[in-house]
Amino acid sequence: MSDGEGPIRIGWIVDRLDLIGELLRDHVILTVLAVVIGLIISFGLALAIRGSPRLYGPIIGVSGTLYAIPSIALFSLLIPITGVSIVTAEIALVSYTLLILIRNIVEGLNGVPPEAIEAANGMGYTRTQRLLRVELPLALPVIVAGLRIATVTTVGLVTVTALIGLGGLGYLIVNLGILRGSSPFAATAIYTGVALAVALAVFADLSLLALQRALTPWARRRSA
Amino acid sequence: MQDASGAVVAFEQVTKRYPGSDAPAVDNLTLTVPAGEICVLVGPSGCGKTTSMKMVNRLIEPTGGRITIGGEDIMSLPAVELRRRIGYVIQQVGLFPHLTIGENTAVVPKLLRWKAERTRKRTDELLDIVGLDPAQYRDRYPNELSGGERQRVGVARALAADPPVMLMDEPFGAVDPIRRDGLQNEFLRLQSRVRKTIIFVTHDVDEAIKMGDRIAILQRGGILAQYDTPAAILANPASEFVERFVGADRGLKRLSLGRVRDLDHIEPVIVRAGEDRAEIRKRLDRSDDLAYALLVDDDNRPLGWIDQHDLRGDGPIDSGAATPGAPTVEPESTLRDALSAMLGSSVQLGVVVDERGRVDGLVSVDAIGERLRAPVRGMDGELHEVGEADATS
Repeated sequence: MSDGEGPIRIGWIVDRLDLIGELLRDHVILTVLAVVIGLIISFGLALAIRGSPRLYGPIIGVSGTLYAIPSIALFSLLIPITGVSIVTAEIALVSYTLLILIRNIVEGLNGVPPEAIEAANGMGYTRTQRLLRVELPLALPVIVAGLRIATVTTVGLVTVTALIGLGGLGYLIVNLGILRGSSPFAATAIYTGVALAVALAVFADLSLLALQRALTPWARRRSA
Repeated sequence: MQDASGAVVAFEQVTKRYPGSDAPAVDNLTLTVPAGEICVLVGPSGCGKTTSMKMVNRLIEPTGGRITIGGEDIMSLPAVELRRRIGYVIQQVGLFPHLTIGENTAVVPKLLRWKAERTRKRTDELLDIVGLDPAQYRDRYPNELSGGERQRVGVARALAADPPVMLMDEPFGAVDPIRRDGLQNEFLRLQSRVRKTIIFVTHDVDEAIKMGDRIAILQRGGILAQYDTPAAILANPASEFVERFVGADRGLKRLSLGRVRDLDHIEPVIVRAGEDRAEIRKRLDRSDDLAYALLVDDDNRPLGWIDQHDLRGDGPIDSGAATPGAPTVEPESTLRDALSAMLGSSVQLGVVVDERGRVDGLVSVDAIGERLRAPVRGMDGELHEVGEADATS
């Protein structure tokens, strides 16, 4: 397909490889930051829930509510407080990871076989040793499953932060695409952004799956 | 290979009350388990046997009294350190699924910060002791093992740091009955080498009789109903509760505690093919107890019984004259198995044979009956007449 005819203008893409590379990098940074911060907060909250299970309802309720707020609405609520900044973007992105991560961490820890806990206590593990050496490793498959969903979701949500001037690949879709609907290159920009965002999501998902497999060899090997 | 043998475990007026419950779970329990012995805690559900055991490593904290190990109060050191010094085996085994067999076995040495080399050597040694080839099993995961193999790893893990005391909570309860018997025998052989002090919980009175050097029978509310050797409990149940708990067949159960070697043997009239019938008749007449002579082959192995009918007339006896089917028993056979074999044959005598099948002597059904009426040694070391403390007599 030549440069002047079809919806995809290869030449346009080639001319902007540097920009696209930067946007991709930003997209990865925004995603990783959101997931890592979300994971840390979720861990803290999941441990709090384990300490007093009565907290489960309220914490899941609040994170569920956050999850339900439309992202555009959340930005407009935050901008008066935190301004048009990466902080605003991350507050929103992190909020959306909490529900999935907290639920999976709590479920993963609850799924540890009670006899493993009993044995660990009887062997003389301290509570921390038991958590780090027995419970977390055994909860890992469920936690990573949550991490995969949270990451893929975040990769998608990052594009929306283009509305406040961030957005990584969302810049291609929103700023160079939708907002310039009359431009002959709008479609090319949108397709490029979407394709890269999807590719990034798939790549992140498969990487985490590979990581989980590498960390849990015991979960696969079975005798006949 | 074991330097450390067991240590004395003593319960002194130990009580456990749970908040919000009027009746104690364990009530004023006092008992002493001598070093190197297996004490089985047995009783119906709700009798506090598991609670009593778990108070030893403080998975449950006593609310009254004290427990000592080797004279040392268990409250004198932090609970996690206490637990690292006590082996612990549970019914579901509780191997860590994410660790290899080698890593599972090394759990306590690792908590105790042993050097890697020492831990590795100890792990291999332990797998060997419980009958699992280290080279083959070390790097496998628990889900690749059978139930019986996992149970052995559980025992190896409990023994890892060579603790003087082991707690075992229905350790063979989840294994099928055929494998259970094998694992029990294997464990008894292992124990005869390592001589740990073991507190063993079960609800199965037969397992208690088989495994226990002594048995503590608990009844609802955590009350100690009787504490004695298996033989003494079966011979003289201390109460109606104990009598009902051990079962109406306690006489037969006692038979499984006795061995053929414990019986008085009767000297047989031994006959070989070719001996003169008149001569055999004379020898048989001289014997007070026996109505039968025993025909044996050249290697002294029994061929069958010869009765007066076979001995009529003169001339040599031939090897086909014997009535086959003399039941053979070994010195290590239980009296229960011996009795079963003897009752099933027409001549109610058992031929005791050695490991090569050569005749060693005879035992009679009467001798087994006498054995059951003979005094029984209790854990006080004294002999007690059977039935002397029988609550129902």
